[in-house]
Amino acid sequence: MGCDGSADMAVKKGLSLPALITMILFAVGTLGGVIVSAGAWDAVMEFHALLFSAFFVGGILWIGSNIMSEPEQGYMDKIVRYGVVASTFWGVVGFLVGFLIAAQLAFPELNFDTSFLNFGRMRPLHTSAVIFAFGGNVLLCTSFYVVQRTCHARLWGGNLAWFVFWGYQFFIVLAATGYLLGVTQGKEYAEPEWYVDLWLTIVWVAYLLVFLGTLIKRKEPHIYVANWFYLGFIVTIAMLHLGNNMAVPVSIYSSQSIILYSGVQDALIQWWYGHNAVGFFLTAGFLAIMYYFIPKAVNRPVYSYRLSIIHFWALIFLYIWAGPHHLHYTALPDWSQTLGMVFSIMLWMPSWGGMINGLMTLSGAWDKLRTDPIVRMLVVSVAFYGMSTFEGPVMSIKAVNSLSHYTDWTVGHVHSGALGWVGFVSFGAIYCLAKWAFGRKQLYSNRLVEWHFWVSTIGIAIYVASMWVAGILQGLMWRAYDSLGFLQYSFAETVEQMHIYYVIRAFGGLLFVIGSFIMAYNIYRTIKGDVREGEEMPDEDVVPVAAE
Amino acid sequence: MAFSHKTIEKNSILMLVLVLVVVSIGGLVEIVPLFFIKSTIEKVDGMRPYTPLELAGREIYIREGCYNCHSQMVRPLRAEVERYGHYSLAAESMYDHPFQWGSKRTGPDLARVGGKYSDEWHRLHLNKPTDVVPESVMPGYPFLNEPLDYKHMDAFLRANAIVGVPYTDDMIANAVADVEAQADPESEGYDALLERYGDNVNIRDFDGQGKQVTEMDAVIAYLQMLGTLVDFSTYDAKANNR
Repeated sequence: MGCDGSADMAVKKGLSLPALITMILFAVGTLGGVIVSAGAWDAVMEFHALLFSAFFVGGILWIGSNIMSEPEQGYMDKIVRYGVVASTFWGVVGFLVGFLIAAQLAFPELNFDTSFLNFGRMRPLHTSAVIFAFGGNVLLCTSFYVVQRTCHARLWGGNLAWFVFWGYQFFIVLAATGYLLGVTQGKEYAEPEWYVDLWLTIVWVAYLLVFLGTLIKRKEPHIYVANWFYLGFIVTIAMLHLGNNMAVPVSIYSSQSIILYSGVQDALIQWWYGHNAVGFFLTAGFLAIMYYFIPKAVNRPVYSYRLSIIHFWALIFLYIWAGPHHLHYTALPDWSQTLGMVFSIMLWMPSWGGMINGLMTLSGAWDKLRTDPIVRMLVVSVAFYGMSTFEGPVMSIKAVNSLSHYTDWTVGHVHSGALGWVGFVSFGAIYCLAKWAFGRKQLYSNRLVEWHFWVSTIGIAIYVASMWVAGILQGLMWRAYDSLGFLQYSFAETVEQMHIYYVIRAFGGLLFVIGSFIMAYNIYRTIKGDVREGEEMPDEDVVPVAAE
Repeated sequence: MAFSHKTIEKNSILMLVLVLVVVSIGGLVEIVPLFFIKSTIEKVDGMRPYTPLELAGREIYIREGCYNCHSQMVRPLRAEVERYGHYSLAAESMYDHPFQWGSKRTGPDLARVGGKYSDEWHRLHLNKPTDVVPESVMPGYPFLNEPLDYKHMDAFLRANAIVGVPYTDDMIANAVADVEAQADPESEGYDALLERYGDNVNIRDFDGQGKQVTEMDAVIAYLQMLGTLVDFSTYDAKANNR
């Protein structure tokens, strides 16, 4: 922390020109929101336009109050602390909604015949909440923490980072309320409508500026490997978001839009986006977390510098090609499907290269697996990463895919990656930041981390195993013939068979939700500064005195 | 001078540019040709743009997230063709903005559901699926028995025309009238609707509840035309080999 208090880390009080311009823009935005709301064609646009106005008014008040208060000096860590809380909150919400829709599949009465609690609207809420709200906040706050530490520089752009944080939360609120009220583009993982997409674009450009600006003003000669992955994630997500969401709004007063592409082209653009939302949002971004938090937590350097270079470039090059494996045997031309399959199989190599780089970083510190539950969480996440990046290429082989596609096997595969890899590496980072960014010497309780770890791991195992069985059973039943050469099962019969697996899956999911509640409690107590009775760490300053 | 990764590692703008180049290649090679290679979309007879009522129904299908559980893509696999019908062609979704091929079959594929069941079956099924399929885990949609909001249907068609769906000015101007005409077999707009969209249009009181055009009318009109447009008696699969 030698740079605290150095000239460029100091921040002055008062109204700056950028703040003034921002206030004027926000005032214009407030007015625009009111005008659109007044002329809106549908109730959702009326509501969302007013939300925009409210957000802008809030922004103006925030800037106003900020002029008065003493600004934070040195690293911007307050935003990281906010991010830790937001990540924990959205995580619990997203997992809960996931549990609810899992229960709906087992017991459809839980849809209650209403529109806004319907599975079809809740499922996008779940996926967006866990990927973009939970995962997105984890990426935001860890990237802000990591880039400052590894560049020895305060975040660039002053309060622009706060705009990114609150603008992103606002994006989540717009998207989530939109789904429940029936506003969707109908493209998986890209459901938000045109005006929400535009808003996210503005926020994302600001995010890129903050991140890149910090890289540029770094005090270290080299850009640390974690930042390559963060940069790759931010840039590529921008490209994918813009490419996939091109649309013509029906009217500025309407919440609806028409996607620019159609049919087969739209399908491939969607899965170019969809697969790389996995590749760059859920993989590259979280690999950045792996490359900073694991070495930090075990106090060892990254295993191989060369492997990091190969890992990074090979991963980002190959991932982009893999999209067509979501469209095997469809009306997409064969040449494209084959390309997608071949690149998906090749992708196995950089994925496992990265896994090895993460795991081997523990060389000389393997004992921490036993003694430090946070390290165990981080390391097991990398093991899950290895498992699902092996399963993925297998499923991308056309012959396998003809069985697995459209079944719950895919759902199981996604969740072994999402719960095991993304979930656990995020939890590990959140626990670390609860200590580091809040200046706590230890967590409230390591025992509770143990509980979180085991309850969640058992939950994941139950979830994934039940979906394997369900998916393969489903796929086999769909193609089963009787001795006379007729299809053996009606579709309804295959649905009936799923019930027990849906019940088991919901139970596995519930364990994962319980684990997240344990974490939330632990984080809350840690932030408060409490230490659980009997878990106080010995003071390091005290030198043990040998017995006489 | 030998190349060293240090050059990239020490220059954030260079790294940014190289990342962009590296991640662009795959997409460019795979996606761009689809817009130019003619054989990507087969030559077929019978495809027409959705009627305004069908389009409104499709919007409801999207709004309710039906694509989360139903695919619209029959793969050319024996068991699938026997269960659902002729495998899907790219041409059949050429007016779909966005596509609705789906990725999961919690329920069956719907690419060719048109004409398989009666309107009444769909009504019963959408109101309470277990009334007709006891094993179903589909939610009920009784809230679709509400009036359809179609006063801006013309703007909706115009936006579709902008992105390339061949809606004529005539179709756009009469979008609202065509919604009403399709849900009422006794309406005066009957002939004009057929003239605009061809003979392969179902004109019925889909929800069985009289003149009021409901969301149920729109959804059933959409479901009943799915997969029925292409004339497979004239379709030449060999000529369309890709």
